[in-house]
Amino acid sequence: MYSIIKNINKIFDHRVRLGIMSALMVNDFVDFITLKELLDVTDGNLASHLKALEKVEYIHITKEFIGKKPNTKYSTTPIGTEAFQKHISALEKIIKMQR
Amino acid sequence: MDKKDYLKDISEIKDIMNRSTRFMSLSGISGILAGIYALIGGFVAYKLLLDYGRSMYGSSVLPLSILELILVGIAIVVALLSVFTAYLFTKRKAKKNNEKVWTKASKQLMSSFLVPMLAGGLFTLLLIYRGYYGLVAPITLIFYGLALINASKYTLSMIKYLGGIELILGLLAMVFFGHGILFWMLGFGVLHILYGTLIYFKFDKA
Repeated sequence: MYSIIKNINKIFDHRVRLGIMSALMVNDFVDFITLKELLDVTDGNLASHLKALEKVEYIHITKEFIGKKPNTKYSTTPIGTEAFQKHISALEKIIKMQR
Repeated sequence: MDKKDYLKDISEIKDIMNRSTRFMSLSGISGILAGIYALIGGFVAYKLLLDYGRSMYGSSVLPLSILELILVGIAIVVALLSVFTAYLFTKRKAKKNNEKVWTKASKQLMSSFLVPMLAGGLFTLLLIYRGYYGLVAPITLIFYGLALINASKYTLSMIKYLGGIELILGLLAMVFFGHGILFWMLGFGVLHILYGTLIYFKFDKA
């Protein structure tokens, strides 16, 4: 049991961070506005969670311009992908055990 | 966190993965209506062809080239009406589901559907131009089926099976050559009504 709990990642212990990772896992990249609409959160809230994920190098940020408008795109890093997969399989194992 | 929270986490992960890659607000009613347009168009075309066949023995009523134009016209009207209806009802359903109509997923859905459809449409017009009328029904069904299978990864997964059935109908229309209109009405009429009803009861009603 201990080894499974160990794989539950504290970083993903929040709805918004879990949501960001879920969206990035199935897309090559997602931009800020799309994430905001998808998760239904405020700019500030989303930005702070994105920063937290960037700090542990789970996501990668690309800044570019479409015309004159800045466009920030996010994608997962290999470390982030691995961490998220571990987290999901730990969740699934715990659910199975408790059944 | 207890068990309930973990379950909620998993279902939320699945939900976001789906919503960020698939456009789910396809309308069942618009499928039913598209099917009805196709059946009406098919009946009219069938009637015109019967009349034409009869008139061959007596005095000719319509020249062949005019009949051709009318048949192509019916098909285009049915297609345009269906697209317009689909757009209206999908917009309404998306609004109800709190989903935006123009998302990355819906754009991918459109482009993955339209590329095979446009190729098939142009190919069909060329078939008519070259005089291969018998191939029109099988080819349109086959291209439509392929377009649906291609687009299904960006929307309700059941669309894949609709595409598969359309594809098989197209191939059968080639086996039972000469009954094009019948297969066309089955594929674009009856199947759309069936699938539209299925989507309506599974997703729209709630």
